Amino acid sequence: MKPFPPGEYPVLVVGSGPGGLQASYCLRRLGVDHAVLSADDGPGGMFQRFPLFERLISWTHAGADAERGTREYELHDQNSLVADDPALGALVPGQLADGHRRPSRDEMVAAMRSFAERAPIPVRYECRWESTKQEDSAYVLATSDGEYRCRAAVFAIGMTQPWIPPIPGLELEQHYVNVDCAPDRYRGRRVVIVGKRNSAFEIGEAISRQGLRELTLVSPRSPDLGRLARSPLRPWYLTTYDEHVRGAPGRFVLNASVDRVEHREGGFVVHALDPTRSEPLLLEADDVIAATGFSTPLQDLPELGVATVREGRLPALSAFWESVTVPGLFFAGNVSDAAPGLRKHGVASLSTMVGGFRYNARVLARHLAETLFGMSSERPRIERDCISAFLLHELNHSPELAFQKGYLARVLRASDDEGAILDEGILPLEVFVDGSADGVAITLEFDAEETIRPVVYVRHDGVLHEELLAPHPLRRYDGQPYLEDVEKLLRPLLR
Amino acid sequence: MAAPEAVERLAQLALFADLRWPELEAVAHTFDEEVFAQGQRVLRQGITGGSFYVIVEGDAAVVIDGQERARLGRGDFFGEISVLLGGVPIADVRAETLLRCLVLPGPELEGFLLEHPPVMLRMLQAVARRLRDASRWS
Repeated sequence: MKPFPPGEYPVLVVGSGPGGLQASYCLRRLGVDHAVLSADDGPGGMFQRFPLFERLISWTHAGADAERGTREYELHDQNSLVADDPALGALVPGQLADGHRRPSRDEMVAAMRSFAERAPIPVRYECRWESTKQEDSAYVLATSDGEYRCRAAVFAIGMTQPWIPPIPGLELEQHYVNVDCAPDRYRGRRVVIVGKRNSAFEIGEAISRQGLRELTLVSPRSPDLGRLARSPLRPWYLTTYDEHVRGAPGRFVLNASVDRVEHREGGFVVHALDPTRSEPLLLEADDVIAATGFSTPLQDLPELGVATVREGRLPALSAFWESVTVPGLFFAGNVSDAAPGLRKHGVASLSTMVGGFRYNARVLARHLAETLFGMSSERPRIERDCISAFLLHELNHSPELAFQKGYLARVLRASDDEGAILDEGILPLEVFVDGSADGVAITLEFDAEETIRPVVYVRHDGVLHEELLAPHPLRRYDGQPYLEDVEKLLRPLLR
Repeated sequence: MAAPEAVERLAQLALFADLRWPELEAVAHTFDEEVFAQGQRVLRQGITGGSFYVIVEGDAAVVIDGQERARLGRGDFFGEISVLLGGVPIADVRAETLLRCLVLPGPELEGFLLEHPPVMLRMLQAVARRLRDASRWS
């Protein structure tokens, strides 16, 4: 028997990848009744297909000296879903092949399946969401199995739809997702890859090993070398670029926009416009691969009024991952990256990865429980003389702060009730900064020099003050100097 | 890669009016895009690490210590003062309608301007105009 027959549910979760499973788990823990629907035939989401060749770029240190299933261990494992029950957390390390620190997609799927079975997370599989309408204060999702009515929907549908720019002659069959992974497919051939982000370098490196005759990566923007150099994949990803720079025959990385792709008998000519040259560059190729990224399969949501960014590829989201234009429609999983937060110094959150969005899902679940269903979770009172120590402990041990730098914060609120200080838990930093309540928020952030630093935000009598604390080479934010700094900052609040 | 409509939209903004197509396309790739709901804060007075914004659609208010000081609309830009001078923003900028902006992280602005002198000149003209108007009316 399939769970969740068509009908009315308080909340609908769409998707059975890590984002959908994590959202459902967190909602259930809070007692928010909901149904989970998925077009797939089992859990795992995008990891059933991607990445094509390489392992993930996020870490799982299986041998870490911390007990699996604890908050401490989460710092060592960016890939598992999180749970209150220790037996459910940290399921990826158990799947990891010996000697690896980064999981493969199959290991990720095995961990997701195990989570869904053990939790358990019931899902109505092979139930495809097809269209959406608004009726009074409810949403109606038409699916392949019938109609579902809900007060709020959480879409955990991934950035999974291949996206190609409207370049004449560049076709969907040439997208990254349709690359033939046969080991000899590209031997002796001339390949042009349109794009210069992760997937372009991933595929360039993988097919280079097959013995290519020529490989050219082309896109308008120069590659973000600083970022690539800090990526865990630099030894693989930078090889192609390194060979181009040093003049290896048949290895090119070009900054040019692609005007069109001309189909010729047995091959292609890519017309590329380099802003520094008057004539187009003509790139002859046996194969063209569009590593041009992905979009969110939003279906008819834009017609319902959901505003989008990046040419319709992502929904525009509020700090609590709700559409900025259609209230009641929320997003979880890697699409939660569309809520940018403060992005101080341009630093993005880790919401594109499990290690980031698993915490967003927990915050979202509580937000839904409280704002839509009037459930209130406890806000423990923190004794005044323990506040500084509490905040420092969070800086040193909170995986939310460590992974969602400058994005998620630990927030304490000064209550009107006899000046008590209450623990608001983990919240988006933006919510505290743009709010009005007196209190304190603490984060870890990259500063302008990309050094990790604790940052304290104190609001007293409605006036917000931001203070960057000193960095520490071993990232140990404890001891007297830190304690004194935090106490000094809190003084006006505790007066 | 950017869709022609997105590049076309850039070409219509005064700041980028002197750029040719391939340069405009590179600009479309360099800037990110954010959409803000009415009432949402875009730039925050006194908070470090701000970005540079160009309004593509909608209106915004410049607010200092809670007092509205100016209105901004399509084609206007903000955030450059604190980025270029290395301080914190001296004003809030708040979305007055649904607001769509192009965004460039602060640390990338200087390099971007050096690579695109026509944009730097346009920015200088806009800043000069602001100065002139401020001295005329104050």
